[in-house]
Amino acid sequence: MHEHDVIVVGAGGAGLRAAVAANEEGADVALVSKLHPVRSHTGAAEGGINAVLRDGDSFESHAEDTMKGSDYLGDAPAIETLCHQSPKETVQLEHWGMAFSRDDDGRMSQRPFGGLSFPRTTYAGAETGHHLLHTMYEQVVKRGITVYDEWYVSRLAVTDHAEPEDRECHGVVAYDVQTGEVDAFKARNGVILATGGPGQVYDHTTNAVANTGDGPAMAYRAGVPLEDMEFIQFHPTTLPSTGVLITEGVRGEGGILYNAEGERFMFEGGYAKNVGELASRDVVARAELTEINAGRGFEDDYVHLDMRHLGEERITDRLENIIHLSEDFEGVNPLEDPMRVKPGQHYAMGGIEVSENGETCINGLYAAGECACVSVHGSNRLGGNALPELIVFGARAGRHAAGKEMETAEIETGPSASIGSGDVDTPVSPGAIDTSEDGVAADGGRAGDDPATDGGAVVGMDETVERALDEEQARIEHLLEKDDGVQHADIRSKLQESMTENVNVFRNEEGLKQALRDIREAREAYQDVYVNDPSRTFNTDLQHTIETRNLIDLAEAITLSALARTEFRGAHWREEHQDRDDENWIKHTMLAWNEGSPDLYYAPVILDGEDKSYEPKERHY
Amino acid sequence: MSTQLQRSEQETDESPQEQRLERKSLTEGEREAQRTEEESTGDETPRAHLKVFRYDPEVEAKREPRFDDFHVPAPQGTTVLDALMYARDEFDSTLTFRHSCRQAVCGSDALFINGSQRLGCQTQIQDLDQRPVRVEPLPHQEVEKDLVVDMEHFYDQMEAVEPYFQGETPDEEEQLQSRENREKVKMSTRCIWCGACQSSCNIAAGDNEYLGPAAINKAYRFAMDEREDDDIKQHRMNILEQEHGVWRCQTQFSCTEVCPKDIPLTEHIQEMKREAVKDNLKFW
Ligand SMILES: Cc1cc2nc3c(=O)[nH]c(=O)nc-3n(C[C@H](O)[C@H](O)[C@H](O)COP(=O)(O)OP(=O)(O)OC[C@H]3O[C@@H](n4cnc5c(N)ncnc54)[C@H](O)[C@@H]3O)c2cc1C
Ligand code: SF4
Ligand code: FES
Repeated sequence: MHEHDVIVVGAGGAGLRAAVAANEEGADVALVSKLHPVRSHTGAAEGGINAVLRDGDSFESHAEDTMKGSDYLGDAPAIETLCHQSPKETVQLEHWGMAFSRDDDGRMSQRPFGGLSFPRTTYAGAETGHHLLHTMYEQVVKRGITVYDEWYVSRLAVTDHAEPEDRECHGVVAYDVQTGEVDAFKARNGVILATGGPGQVYDHTTNAVANTGDGPAMAYRAGVPLEDMEFIQFHPTTLPSTGVLITEGVRGEGGILYNAEGERFMFEGGYAKNVGELASRDVVARAELTEINAGRGFEDDYVHLDMRHLGEERITDRLENIIHLSEDFEGVNPLEDPMRVKPGQHYAMGGIEVSENGETCINGLYAAGECACVSVHGSNRLGGNALPELIVFGARAGRHAAGKEMETAEIETGPSASIGSGDVDTPVSPGAIDTSEDGVAADGGRAGDDPATDGGAVVGMDETVERALDEEQARIEHLLEKDDGVQHADIRSKLQESMTENVNVFRNEEGLKQALRDIREAREAYQDVYVNDPSRTFNTDLQHTIETRNLIDLAEAITLSALARTEFRGAHWREEHQDRDDENWIKHTMLAWNEGSPDLYYAPVILDGEDKSYEPKERHY
Repeated sequence: MSTQLQRSEQETDESPQEQRLERKSLTEGEREAQRTEEESTGDETPRAHLKVFRYDPEVEAKREPRFDDFHVPAPQGTTVLDALMYARDEFDSTLTFRHSCRQAVCGSDALFINGSQRLGCQTQIQDLDQRPVRVEPLPHQEVEKDLVVDMEHFYDQMEAVEPYFQGETPDEEEQLQSRENREKVKMSTRCIWCGACQSSCNIAAGDNEYLGPAAINKAYRFAMDEREDDDIKQHRMNILEQEHGVWRCQTQFSCTEVCPKDIPLTEHIQEMKREAVKDNLKFW
């Protein structure tokens, strides 16, 4: 068994920043990551980091843009914290040597981005995330922070208290991908989940193959509510063949979208009369699909994004990476021809419910980065606001987990903060399948006759960790020993297809219900899942099988939340509900696992910040 | 064959674990059946024939390294990584390789494809001349299983050059850096730690302690950054001038040829040699 003060799960931008912060607080911190840190998906971020750094810009303006972009579903205090702290954190990255692009006067360059009223997106070419990730990892190396790389975390060690808010998290169970050894990691102070986005719920996504939402799924099953899961961002410019992202920076620099009839539809089609291509992502993604569905797309599938008029020099200076991506992955040289683009799954605005300090309702369990929902993005994230979130809230979670003994979240999180429960009519019963008869369950659920639970509720630190280890060993044995059944790849591809078909940019009740049926089918099939590869060495078959369970739970959370929200807000468009309904729907959707029968309830949106109150306005771009 | 196999055979007493491994191992007959099934799918999609290296020290049937054939659909745009994923998901879920981003930034799928080091995700099948397409693990690194090699040594070399910024950070303001200076280090900052260069280098293959192209490039990235001061640069030069540092490089350019990020590695190494010479001249 390994033991540290703070265990950070995940080593992307958020996890690395959290680890450095905890280390600076004097904690003995370890990073446990299924990928070597520099392989994390933060490295793929292209466009930049929003930070107020120049005269003429202001925190207030950044906060207002963010609140408006969120379609008034972000929490003002968290947004203000983001805007106040991102300049300091961004300059900190510069001090750590990050290779930002530079202006003639030697200062860091900034550029315009969608939905921003000032060009405050600070960037490093079109590969900002790569530089951020490597700079952060360099700091981890410098400090000698312990890294367990290629260790897959598959379970949280959480006590059995009846109410989630009374539970405590004492560590995690992980297995060494290289050897198959299963081991426990005890956390004296706290566990921080920083496992990144869940893009693999969809089949057309900008996200890496490793982005399977493991953190949110584990936290959800341990009793932490998931917040605002219906709000999935579809990025308007992804390559149609692979989903590889073409950064919003292209539009920021002046790139133009055309339909097959040669119209600059963002203006001419009236989608965003004032700012055209620079409207926020939800607006542009819907505009493209509307054009495509009306028969004005190319091959019924995509539109054109043209940046040739910017000139080779400017493109090479600021967007060089885009030339390579378009050439390598789509065979189009964007200096000569327009790029092909269409919307693709990109980002989850929702995630693990946390306070501004990264606390969840379970004592000792924290989360940061894309897997968490501090609620700065509300129903639509502005481009360039995720990277500052990683460093601002990653650092806060790290400091908080290190600096204190376990204690209850200062800001109310968890079911008791609810403002009324929701109701949703589902065609199938959501949640776990009852496996109490069958001993060990493939899905890792706790079977009724589990010897570890016989002695009553487990609430001590060591026994909690040991029990989690036993259970995980049993599950992995079970998966490896089973000789035939269904393979994860079959379950996963059907799930992804159904989500892309039914829970995409445009949604309607029938589609959402169909998705729920398909998810139920996936859950049933999963009861018979087996791992074909018998080897303990680098068993990716086993890893993907466990990940698939997580995708099922998250797909269901997204779909249930979407079905319940009967209005149109931000990224969540509903065919039957074409208006934003401020009267009834300025509230966060919360979904709690409740031992396998999901509870739906709501939490208030905080529109009053320290600086000012934000009055919902109509969004015009 | 250039792939090194340093694992010893495991003992074969019939433990329950062992029996299970044998039961679940694919037999030669099963693999043959799989091939036939592949070839009999009669649609019009062009297919690619892959010969993929297989090895697993733990599984009886894979203890002897071998190549498996996979015939996968390969419409225009299919990359070697796409083909491997298809083979794994449709035919043989035990096929093992690292991958994640699918867009040439995570550096996890450097492979030996048709005899040269490339990223699987960045290699279009239709751009390859030789058929069948041979896919092997990176040479000169220990194979853990199938296409997965041990990267520890590569990481150690990277970390040996103190790969972190060591400048002063005086105040709350950003430090300035000229556009020219950023331009100078720009290519060097692109490294994604894929290990292709190291694997292609004959010197690194013969001298385990040689820092290697990626690590020297990493040192260049900081030594040439005007935000670090002269003392630190001196310290960096000391690391590079050691016995297994820059002087080992024999300018064979193989690293530069394979780098998927087009980093002019040999040039950077040469530049560090020139700096080292200048450095030594100071004492004469
Ligand atoms: C293509 C692309 C471009 C983007 N561009 C921008 C941009 O320009 N600006 C911006 O602000 N935002 C951008 N974003 C969004 C932003 O990059 C991401 O939200 C952010 O990088 C996520 O960082 P993270 O640290 O939360 O997760 P990640 O970087 O994904 O890291 C997750 C980590 O968790 C680990 N992990 C996951 N599961 C487990 C497990 N079970 N056990 C152990 N470890 C685990 C992984 O190994 C990894 O280390 C972009 C996103 C994408 C996909
Ligand atoms: S220098 Fe190039 S080939 Fe070498 S590790 Fe870096 S990216 Fe890979
Ligand atoms: S999969 Fe990331 S570099 Fe190829």
